[in-house]
Amino acid sequence: MATKVLKKKQLGVDPVEPALTPSSPADTTFLSKPKLGPRVKKKDIPEGLWTKCPACGALIYDKELDENQKVCPKCRHHFPIGARERINALVETCSFEEMDAMMEAVDILKFTGAASYQAKLEGLRKRGGLMRDAVVTGIGTIGRHRLALGVMDFSFLGGSMGSVVGEKLTRLIEAATSKGLPILIISTSGGARMYEGMFSLMQMAKTCGALAYHARERLPYISLLVDPCYAGVMASYASVGDLILAEPQAKIGFAGARVIKDTTQAELPEGFQTSEFLQQHGLIDTIVDRLEMKAKLVGYLDFLMVGRQVR
Amino acid sequence: MSNIREPKVRLVAMKHYLDFERPIYELQAKLEDLRAHPDKHTLGISWEDELQQLERKIEIARREVFSQLSPWQRVQLARHPKRPYSLDYFRATFNGFEELHGDRLYSDDRAVVGGFALLETRRVMVIGTQKGRDTKENILRNFGSAHPEGYRKALRLMKMADKFGLPIITLIDTAGAYPGIGAEERHIAEAIAVNLREMMLLEVPIIAAVIGEGGSGGALGIGVADRVLILENAYYSVISPEGCAAILWKDRKASAQAAAALKITATDLRQLGLVDDVVPEPLGGAHNDPAAAAMSLRTVLTRHLEEVESMGPRLRQHTRYGKFRSFGHFHEPQSNPKAA
Repeated sequence: MATKVLKKKQLGVDPVEPALTPSSPADTTFLSKPKLGPRVKKKDIPEGLWTKCPACGALIYDKELDENQKVCPKCRHHFPIGARERINALVETCSFEEMDAMMEAVDILKFTGAASYQAKLEGLRKRGGLMRDAVVTGIGTIGRHRLALGVMDFSFLGGSMGSVVGEKLTRLIEAATSKGLPILIISTSGGARMYEGMFSLMQMAKTCGALAYHARERLPYISLLVDPCYAGVMASYASVGDLILAEPQAKIGFAGARVIKDTTQAELPEGFQTSEFLQQHGLIDTIVDRLEMKAKLVGYLDFLMVGRQVR
Repeated sequence: MSNIREPKVRLVAMKHYLDFERPIYELQAKLEDLRAHPDKHTLGISWEDELQQLERKIEIARREVFSQLSPWQRVQLARHPKRPYSLDYFRATFNGFEELHGDRLYSDDRAVVGGFALLETRRVMVIGTQKGRDTKENILRNFGSAHPEGYRKALRLMKMADKFGLPIITLIDTAGAYPGIGAEERHIAEAIAVNLREMMLLEVPIIAAVIGEGGSGGALGIGVADRVLILENAYYSVISPEGCAAILWKDRKASAQAAAALKITATDLRQLGLVDDVVPEPLGGAHNDPAAAAMSLRTVLTRHLEEVESMGPRLRQHTRYGKFRSFGHFHEPQSNPKAA
């Protein structure tokens, strides 16, 4: 029920809902908070101090948002969050040993045309940033468990999966298989990386193959889907977890909603491709709030790893 | 058996021609005209010379056109409406095809066909994505784009093959898995992903051949194999050239450029080491002589199947994983000692 309320509020942001539009059309999001209503755009607020929640319109002090794992304290809206922040929030302090941190993409196809892959990569490297590609992998401790952890980051080329993502995850999975460790992969991606052509597609088979060997050792693999998660990543490792979890209101699917609309010329059902929709349709085991994630994961691992000895 | 063995299909086949096939088509139309009135010539001159000359010209034109096809032209050939489809090969390359239906879960997806067949004397399980020949059949086959049920049917048949020790041969010809509401509601991504994982550990030999379009995940969903073959004029790509053009060029008209940039032709993929072998097509493409294409596929399939069959199941599994494991190019600076 709570999600429904949240949904309505979100819809309220959309200007095509005239029934919900109050007399002042400038601000439709503050229905439940009239005291904020008359204020105009918050442009004058210094950058990097406050963030406006796109779901409920509340103004959140950035430091508070960071401390709250980028979850709106008012309405629990989940903001995007980087891979490293996620890792920090999940693993025990100083327990994370990153693998293959220096691995970088190469422009194997010499992809040029509208955009050159090489130039794109160089631009991203120059920008600095925390990511060398779209995934961070490594082994850390969570609760009392050693865990192989792969976390994707949408900010690097839309979290797209090329050779680096495939190779790092495969090495992670293989390490987990040989060490007898459970795996958690947090997936967010637009799909396979076009710039690496068929090499990207093959990462799907490669990662799933590695997971097949991991599963044969009867080791748990937990796949956590976060907003947004689509296409090649969904059609490979993200969909074969023993447990498939999702954050609330994440957009998850195979084909993009617009492609589906164009192809079928049909109206999409309400809530289509959200975590809640997918739980209803039987894909997702359970939806977990980011703030409760760690406790949940520890609980699952406590339950599944009973009596197992780490090699 | 089926009409694709008859050589006369040739001329009918040319009724659908692509832009770059036009010079060939025009000569062929002339030839047809001449052949239509052989007896009406009053002076008793034989048309034989003329006919032979025309045939030679056609041959030369065809050689010229087909020796310099661009990647985009290959894509068009791969989509040629007269190109043989999976069922055509099941009947011409194989013998005694017996179709088996349904995924035992929800329905029978007609975009995927499969069943028992004989490759010469060998019992095999054949599975393929199937396009329709006309509008009516295309609706039945959903234009060759499978729903989740198609991938689950394929997996059911593969597991059966594994149980009875039948080698699996998959033929791939799909623009991609179907982007529809029902497909999403029943988790097409999951259906493909499960196939990728399960195919990796099957004990029987698996050979996959891209016979037309190899459309991304929808193709790979039945494409994890010990040997991956591709027909000379087929393509295999992570995204359709149109889709790539729309995203990167913001213009669908750039499809030809996208097709070149993505490196999706048989020769490109062979050079990149992503396919194991290229199956030669008859001059003018598979649709120009379907029977010859079917025979060519049979020869290459048999050769690879024999090689893969000679390994034990464990070694085969190991080699299959090793092959997919090796795909990918990346750079690792030496400063990282963990790289190994």
